[in-house]
Amino acid sequence: MSLDRAAREKLVRALAASMIEHAEELTSLDQAIGDGDHGLNMKRGFEAVLATLPGLAGKSLPEMLKSIGMTLVMKVGGASGPLVGTFFMELGKALPEQPARAELVAAADKAIDAVKMRGRSEAGQKTLLDVLVPVQAVFAGGGDARAIAAEAAQAADRTTPMLATRGRASFLGERSIGHMDPGSRSASLLISAAVAALEFEAIS
Amino acid sequence: MNNSSSGNVGIVIVSHSSKIAEGAADMVRQMVGNAVPLAWTGGDTDGGLGTNVAGILEAIEAAWSPAGVAILVDLGGAETNSEMAVEMLAEDRRARVVVCNAPVVEGSVIAATESSGGSSLAAVKRSAEEFYA
Repeated sequence: MSLDRAAREKLVRALAASMIEHAEELTSLDQAIGDGDHGLNMKRGFEAVLATLPGLAGKSLPEMLKSIGMTLVMKVGGASGPLVGTFFMELGKALPEQPARAELVAAADKAIDAVKMRGRSEAGQKTLLDVLVPVQAVFAGGGDARAIAAEAAQAADRTTPMLATRGRASFLGERSIGHMDPGSRSASLLISAAVAALEFEAIS
Repeated sequence: MNNSSSGNVGIVIVSHSSKIAEGAADMVRQMVGNAVPLAWTGGDTDGGLGTNVAGILEAIEAAWSPAGVAILVDLGGAETNSEMAVEMLAEDRRARVVVCNAPVVEGSVIAATESSGGSSLAAVKRSAEEFYA
């Protein structure tokens, strides 16, 4: 996969737009089972990322991802900053400048492992890992962009009946059941935005 | 944010609320005195409720002691952001900063009390964690 400067900028703008456009939805999900700041936090983080354009897109893909991650860590606030930021930072660290698909799969594996360590969590606890892990399985299994985006949306939906055992929603115990996990929803939106911006050919 | 220098373990208080962080620090100062380097941080970068890595890094710097720094946190994001901040420290400092699993107000006072007697970082962490365990 080779992304020129225009494609890198398009990717960044697509990720940011997905968080800015869905900020209210994410906040309302978070008001149900969290502390109601997820949409605002992610919006603030990605607005800060946008503010680093156009210079950001002038960096190589790995450096750009690391920079996005660092901005999110510093600006998002709340646990999602370090979690989502760690994903981007570790993805950047693990990628060569022009990754082949297999290298992208391997780097995503490492990034997901880093998120697990950062959150001391695994899939099944009603967190963003419940999107990242199944989407990665589809990606590693050769799924195309459409399959990846579909799995991301379905995986977020599947968090609705889950019992939260990690994160703020775990304080609610069984009352966390019946609400979609906001972190899973934002992860799903970011993944869909990324595969749409990268276009089908780029990752197949 | 306030601090004083000494060879004792430094204490950093991280809360989602700057008022809680500042209030806990006031309690430490009144109950334990000035023998312990102390700093606090609270709120997100826009001044709302939350925690932020930059503020935590500044607080660690302000409370730095060669004996190390013990961080007391309130809820989820405070802990995650504190762990992130510790990882971003220079390598020689990273091993000398710990996040305590203790209630933020009580833990801060107990940790500072232990520190004021010249205890090690491990002892400070243990006393904060054991008191309410």
